[in-house]
Amino acid sequence: MTDHSLEQDRTLAAAPVAGGAAAVGATGAEELVYESGLEVEVRSQWTYARRRFMRHRLAVGSLIILIIILGAGLLAPWVAPYSFEGYDVNSLEAAPSLHHPFGTDLLGRDYLSRVLYGIRTSERVAFIVMVLATMVGTAVGMVAGYYSRWADNLLMRFTDLILTLPALAVLLVAAGLIGKGNQYRVAIILSLLLWTALARIVRGQFLSLREKEYVDAAKAAGAGDLRIMFRHMLPNSMGPIVVFATLTLGVAILLEAYLSFLGFGVQPPTPALGKLIADGQDVSSHDWWLVTFPGLTIVLIVLCINFVGDGLRDALDPTQRVRA
Amino acid sequence: MLTFIARRILYSIPVLIATSFLIFAGVSLIGDPLGGLKVNPLASQQTIDHITAEKHLNDPIPVRYGYWVRDAVTHKFGTPLLSNVPIWDDLKRVIPHTLMLVVTAELISLLIGVSIGIYSAIRQYSVFDYAATTFSFLGFAMPVFWLALMAQILFTNLFLAWHVRIFYTSGLSSPDPGTGIHWVLDRAQHLAIPVMVLCVLNLAVYSRFMRASLLEVVNTDYVRTARAKGLTEKRVTMKHAVRNALIPVVTLAALNFGALIGGAIVTEQIFQLDGMGNYFIQNLLNTDIYPIMAWLMVVAVAVIFFNLIADILYGVLDPRVRYD
Repeated sequence: MTDHSLEQDRTLAAAPVAGGAAAVGATGAEELVYESGLEVEVRSQWTYARRRFMRHRLAVGSLIILIIILGAGLLAPWVAPYSFEGYDVNSLEAAPSLHHPFGTDLLGRDYLSRVLYGIRTSERVAFIVMVLATMVGTAVGMVAGYYSRWADNLLMRFTDLILTLPALAVLLVAAGLIGKGNQYRVAIILSLLLWTALARIVRGQFLSLREKEYVDAAKAAGAGDLRIMFRHMLPNSMGPIVVFATLTLGVAILLEAYLSFLGFGVQPPTPALGKLIADGQDVSSHDWWLVTFPGLTIVLIVLCINFVGDGLRDALDPTQRVRA
Repeated sequence: MLTFIARRILYSIPVLIATSFLIFAGVSLIGDPLGGLKVNPLASQQTIDHITAEKHLNDPIPVRYGYWVRDAVTHKFGTPLLSNVPIWDDLKRVIPHTLMLVVTAELISLLIGVSIGIYSAIRQYSVFDYAATTFSFLGFAMPVFWLALMAQILFTNLFLAWHVRIFYTSGLSSPDPGTGIHWVLDRAQHLAIPVMVLCVLNLAVYSRFMRASLLEVVNTDYVRTARAKGLTEKRVTMKHAVRNALIPVVTLAALNFGALIGGAIVTEQIFQLDGMGNYFIQNLLNTDIYPIMAWLMVVAVAVIFFNLIADILYGVLDPRVRYD
C-alpha cells in the first residue's frame, strides 16, 4: 500500500516536467511510424540527445556556421580565389575590395586565400589534438578510475606538476625547443598538455560508476574488467567526453594561434592564423585588415565551437531539465 | 593552521625539484645548447670552450643539474650561457614591471567582474545579463594578442588623426618621464592599454563565475530565512548572499595567477614592455636555458605561493573548513 502510493507520487511529480516534451515527441513518432510504414522505431539515448540538441537554436546555428568555415578551410585549394603565395604586383597593400575581400599584404598576396589556408592548417592541428588528447585522457582516466591505485596516483602527481607552471610558458618552452615549426609536432605538444583535464573528468565518472548496481550485476554475470569498462561504464561517461572533445577543438585553435603568433608554432611558408596576424603586426597601424580578418576568423570559429559545446552539454546530460 | 602551512610548503619542495629536473633534463636532451654559437663565425673556439667548462656541458645531465641547483641556491641562478650579466639582476628589473601590470589588471577586473556578476545574477535574463553573457563568450573566444593589437591599432590611429596623446601604445615610459606625479601619470598612460587588454580576459572569467556562484547561493535555505525574518532585499543580497558567493571567486582569483602571467607574456611582447614575459621570450629565442629555468622557478614558486594563499583564504572566509 505504502509502496504503491509512493510510486504514484513519483509519477505525478515527474509528469509536469516530462509531459510537454513527451507529448511533442510522441506525436512526431506516431506520424513517422505510419508514414514510413516502419513497425518499430528504436529510440536510443543518442536519439534523445540529438533531439535535445536540435532544439538548441544557437548551437545548431553555430554548428552550421562552423561546418561552412571549417569546410571552406578543408577545401582551401579549390575554394580560395588565389594561391596562398601568389603575388599580385598590381595591388600591393590593397585595402579590402571586391577583388580582395580581406585585402592584400606588402607582397600583394591575397589575404582571404591566406586566411583560408590558415584555417586549413589550424583545423588540422586542432583535430589531431582533439583525437589524441581525448583518447589518451579517456584511457588514463578509465584506468585510474577503475583500478584506482598506482595509475590514480601517477595521474594526480602528474597533474600537480603541470599545474605548477603557467600552461602557456610550458607550451612555449616545449614548442620552441622541440616543435621546430612542424605542425604535427606542435599538435603532439598541445595534446600532451591538454589530456590531463579529461583524465580527471573520466576518473571521477568511473569512480562513481564503479559503485553502481549494474556494474555489480555485470560482474556477477561473469563479465571481465575490459567488458565492464568498455560496454558498461564508458557509454555512460560519453557525455562529458564528447563535450570535452568539442571544447578542446577551440582551446587547441586558440593555443596554436598563440604559439604561431609568438613565432614558436607552425612556421612559414605554411600559413597559420596566428602567424598571419603576426605578419600584419609590423604594418598594423595603416594596414589594419592584415590583423583584423585573421583575428575575427579565430574569434568566430572558437565562439561557434563553444556554443556547440554548450548545446552538447545540455543535450547529453540526461539529468538536465528539458527547456521549452 | 601553522602545521597546515608547514606541510604544504614541505610538500611543494619535491614538486619543485621534480618540475625543475624534468624541464632541465628535457631541455638539455633536445639539442646542443651551444649549437647556435658553434655556427656563428664571430664566436671563437676559446669562448665555446670557456662556456662549456664553466657550465660543465660535457658532464652527464644529472651532474649538470646538480651544478645548476648549486648555482641557483648559492649564486641566485648564476649567469646565462651567452652573457655575463647575472640572471638575478635582470629578473630583479623585470619582475616589478610585470607585477605592476598584472596586479593592477587583477584588482580592476576583480572589482568590475564581481559587480557585473552580482548584477547579472540579481537581474537574471535581463538585457544587462544577456549583454554580459555575450561579452564573456566573446572574451573566452578571443586571443589576447589579437585584442591587444586591435587596441594598439585603434589608439595609434587616434593619435595620428587628432594628435592628442591619450595613451601610449608602446614601451614602459617616455624617454624623459619626470619625477613624482609626472612619473606616475606617464607610467599610467603607458600601462593603460595593456591593463585594459588583460582585464577583458579576466572580466569574462570573474563575471561568469560570480554570477553562477551567486545564483547557487540565492536558492539556499539561509537566504530564504533571511528574507523570511523581514530583512530588506538589499541586506539579504549584500550581507547574506554575496558574502558567501564571494568565497569561490576569491579562491579562483588567487589560482588565476598562472593564467595572468601567460597573458602578460603576449601583452608585454606586443606593447614592448620590459617585463618578465618579454625576458622569457627573448631567452627562448636565444635558446638559452639557464635564464628560462630561473624564470620558470620564480613563476613556479609564485604559483605555489598563491595556491597556498587560496587555501588559507578559503579557511578564513569559510569557517567550516578545517585544516587537518
